[in-house]
Amino acid sequence: MKFEQWNGFEKGDWQSEINVRDFIQRNYTPYEGDSTFLAGPTEKTKKLWDEVLELYKKEKASKGGVLDIDTKTISSVNSYEPGYIDKDLEEIVGLQTDAPLKRAIMPYGGIRIVEKACAAYDRKVDDEVEEIFHKYRKTHNDGVFSVYTPDIRAARSSHLITGLPDGYGRGRIIGDYRRVALYGVDVLIEEKQKDLDILNVDCLTEEVIREREEISEQIKALNELKAMASKYGFDISKPVSTSKEPVQWLYFGYLGAVKSQDGAAMSLGRTSTFLDIYFERDLENGTITEEEVQEIMDHFVMKLRLVRFLRTPEYNELFSGDPVWVTESIGGMGIDGRTLVTKNSFRILHTLENLGPAPEPNLTVLWSVRLPEGFKRYTTDLSIKTSSIQYESDDLMRITLGDDYGIACCVSPMKIGKQMQFFGARANLAKTLLYAINGGRDEMTGKQVTPKFAPITSEYLDYDEVMEKFSQMMDYVAKIYIKALNAIHYMHDKYCYEAIEMALHDKDILRTMACGIAGLSVVADSLSAIKYAKVKVIRDETGLAVDYEIEGDFPKFGNDDDRVDSIAVDIVKTFMNKLRRYPTYRNSKHTLSILTITSNVVYGKATGNTPDGRRMGAPFGPGANPLHGRDTNGALAVMNSIAKLPFDSAEDGISYTFSITPKTLGKDEETRVTNLVNMLDGYFKQTGHHINVNVFDRSLLIDAMEHPENYPQLTIRVSGYAVNFTKLTREQQLDVINRTIHERI
Amino acid sequence: MENNQTIEYNEKDLRYYAKVHSIETFGAVDGPGIRFVLFLQGCHLQCKYCHNRDTWDMKEGTYKSLDDIYKKILNYKNYITPNGGVTVSGGEPLLQVKFLIELFTKLKKKKIHTCIDTSGMVSITNDIKHLLTLTDLVLLDIKHIDSEKCKDLVGFDNKLELEFARYLSDNNIPIWIRQVLVPGYTDDEQDLRKLKEFISSLNIVQKVEILPYHSLGKYKWTKLGLKYGLENTRDATSEDVKRAKAILGIS
Repeated sequence: MKFEQWNGFEKGDWQSEINVRDFIQRNYTPYEGDSTFLAGPTEKTKKLWDEVLELYKKEKASKGGVLDIDTKTISSVNSYEPGYIDKDLEEIVGLQTDAPLKRAIMPYGGIRIVEKACAAYDRKVDDEVEEIFHKYRKTHNDGVFSVYTPDIRAARSSHLITGLPDGYGRGRIIGDYRRVALYGVDVLIEEKQKDLDILNVDCLTEEVIREREEISEQIKALNELKAMASKYGFDISKPVSTSKEPVQWLYFGYLGAVKSQDGAAMSLGRTSTFLDIYFERDLENGTITEEEVQEIMDHFVMKLRLVRFLRTPEYNELFSGDPVWVTESIGGMGIDGRTLVTKNSFRILHTLENLGPAPEPNLTVLWSVRLPEGFKRYTTDLSIKTSSIQYESDDLMRITLGDDYGIACCVSPMKIGKQMQFFGARANLAKTLLYAINGGRDEMTGKQVTPKFAPITSEYLDYDEVMEKFSQMMDYVAKIYIKALNAIHYMHDKYCYEAIEMALHDKDILRTMACGIAGLSVVADSLSAIKYAKVKVIRDETGLAVDYEIEGDFPKFGNDDDRVDSIAVDIVKTFMNKLRRYPTYRNSKHTLSILTITSNVVYGKATGNTPDGRRMGAPFGPGANPLHGRDTNGALAVMNSIAKLPFDSAEDGISYTFSITPKTLGKDEETRVTNLVNMLDGYFKQTGHHINVNVFDRSLLIDAMEHPENYPQLTIRVSGYAVNFTKLTREQQLDVINRTIHERI
Repeated sequence: MENNQTIEYNEKDLRYYAKVHSIETFGAVDGPGIRFVLFLQGCHLQCKYCHNRDTWDMKEGTYKSLDDIYKKILNYKNYITPNGGVTVSGGEPLLQVKFLIELFTKLKKKKIHTCIDTSGMVSITNDIKHLLTLTDLVLLDIKHIDSEKCKDLVGFDNKLELEFARYLSDNNIPIWIRQVLVPGYTDDEQDLRKLKEFISSLNIVQKVEILPYHSLGKYKWTKLGLKYGLENTRDATSEDVKRAKAILGIS
């Protein structure tokens, strides 16, 4: 391949094959300095952002926070005419539909969900669309429910396994959108043609047929992408040349994805350092200024902040605040020891200052102890000011994932363009424990959900007996769980295939089956209570264990106490190993996350009294967090407890949400930054994987709950993502407020 | 190498056991950097404004062994070594001086920064002198510069603590002076001027901190069925702090 657009770049393998990493490694300029070079917003940016804020206001005032829905057009890469906020002001163009914040319908995942969502906002799906999807075209949702077995249905409706992507897009697939910019779409199509040639084999096995069909779909999608861009006046068939183009091309790639899929998480990847290479080339040539570069980044981020999907109220309960997880992974270190921090790593974070805080894009700093000091201080300073950034351990992930991976959704790392996951929501382990005690009867309804196991009948719970039965019940849950996921992902591939995202992947990729658990700290504390205190069972007249009386004290997760922390570690390892026993769809690799997003509230609601003293209906701790108020030794003890959880057995991520008041973090700004840097260094040296950093006073949140109009941009981090606080439901707001906010008086 | 030899500890051997109130693994306001803060149980003063009333009674608290505490601290080495360390607070930590000598000896071997948060209201015994050779920083809470008012506020006059300050100064042990600013009690302009004068007579004061009084600790008194001595005293405001700082000539 040879293009004049590549003039000035260091040559390498990237010119003869699709290899974005090679291009980055040969051409990027590490930046070790501080933030003083950054430029503020231009007049154009301010004006455009004001218009967006106006749109936000209108959106918020609309029913359910949904400004408008196109109920007629079946959304796809190229089904919409171009849309603009204010054409003359926009440096980067492209909207999901033909107007900002107007939501599209994507019925391939399931028509009923779309109908339900429209109804919730007083709209109705177009008759013709309904007819097509009810009469002629099967959806992912239809597919799944046509094969679900009774045991899966039972586990699902009793909330033993919940949040499954069987009625909505699975998401968590990151297209390598950089490829669009570096190579142009024509090269990508040619490469896909070559893949088809490789698959021109003597025997068309089921596997080959599927792959050939998928690649054909991918090529079709790439052609649609070109057509969509040309409606906006761009020919993206060839590689980009000037600075603005790589951002625009890359964004078109991403836009194609969010026009055709409403997956639970539609993440961006690891793009800022890639883009920096083009900016550096033009800055060096003197054809662009720092102000102009920042303006492009600001406008790009504005677009990312406008991405919307149509969701049902039930979905919003699980994942509240209208999240999209436009996760961008920033920084990290290269395997050659150079930092991957560039000036553009600063610029994308700087949008939090130029445009103000916001939950999207989900800014994720890949932290290494060896990151340049200037960058560490800049990002922690922004964390303190905006509570909008999450951190994940590059030192931990680089070992197995190299230096060109990105985070999908909240905590799921994957090699960009070389790996995808089958998202699997999570199993409720706290409920699993209660089922173990009750022989598979539900503690809230009394219904026999699993096949009959022998329940525990003793007055006091015996640790060994509980563990034995818990192990059996985990086995059962693991089995049903994998069965469900196999069905879901088979059907998703069949009826709701992510053609444009997969077109931006290699032919041969690693697929993971990403399972998850909820209620880890509740289970660990419950088992600890059974082991170290005495737990008496209270049963109803049918013999169902409905409550527990605890006599004596017991160690609780989150206090750096090995007695209970080791129980938590064991559960993670044990459950992971149980999952591994069941074969997966497409031979995907089993992985596990300890992440609840905001569903810890819903899961808690569906779970009865637990042996640790947690009351029926009370929320779980989010992700790997201790239960609210159980940690009594300060923040670092919590971090140490969570850092003990083995990443090897939870490769899909371990989420910790941390909140602290500014005064507790340090007496002045300078000290707070230093302390946060040292805290993060320490946590990641302890092999912690992920942390959300929130710095605020509880009183601020209470005030924002009462007077939301004064806090249009108040952003906080919840499990794995950031959210506009005023967009949370009251229940979610209270949960956040009631969580541990580390504070010294 | 850690010394794995186990020693038969005598419950009453106060070199190897401490009466602990609680620990705070992340302290950022009790000395430089990130501090592991050990709150020891027991205090002989009776400060009316005390916000940790539950730390007074020596009969309360839990015995913890030297080994346990030391090992626990090492769990936080990754956080506290860059520029933080260990702060022992209370209660009055110097009441358990023998234990602290053992603990600080171990910490100094690991090059961990040691700090004591004290009122200095103790006689300077040989043990105290020994401990101070192992101490990198003292947070000295001057209760009141006026001896009479001091007695009224905390139950003791200030003779011992001023002598203690002098001893630190003479022996070049770094000091951060702390003054709790209680409206109507410690904010008198003349007193603050006297305090400034005293501070300037000391050698090695690295920092002077004003801690604004707040009533957030009141519930602890109520919980113990005790009457709170400062019922009618308001919290110190940031304006009060500004004024006090101006008088003391600090920023």
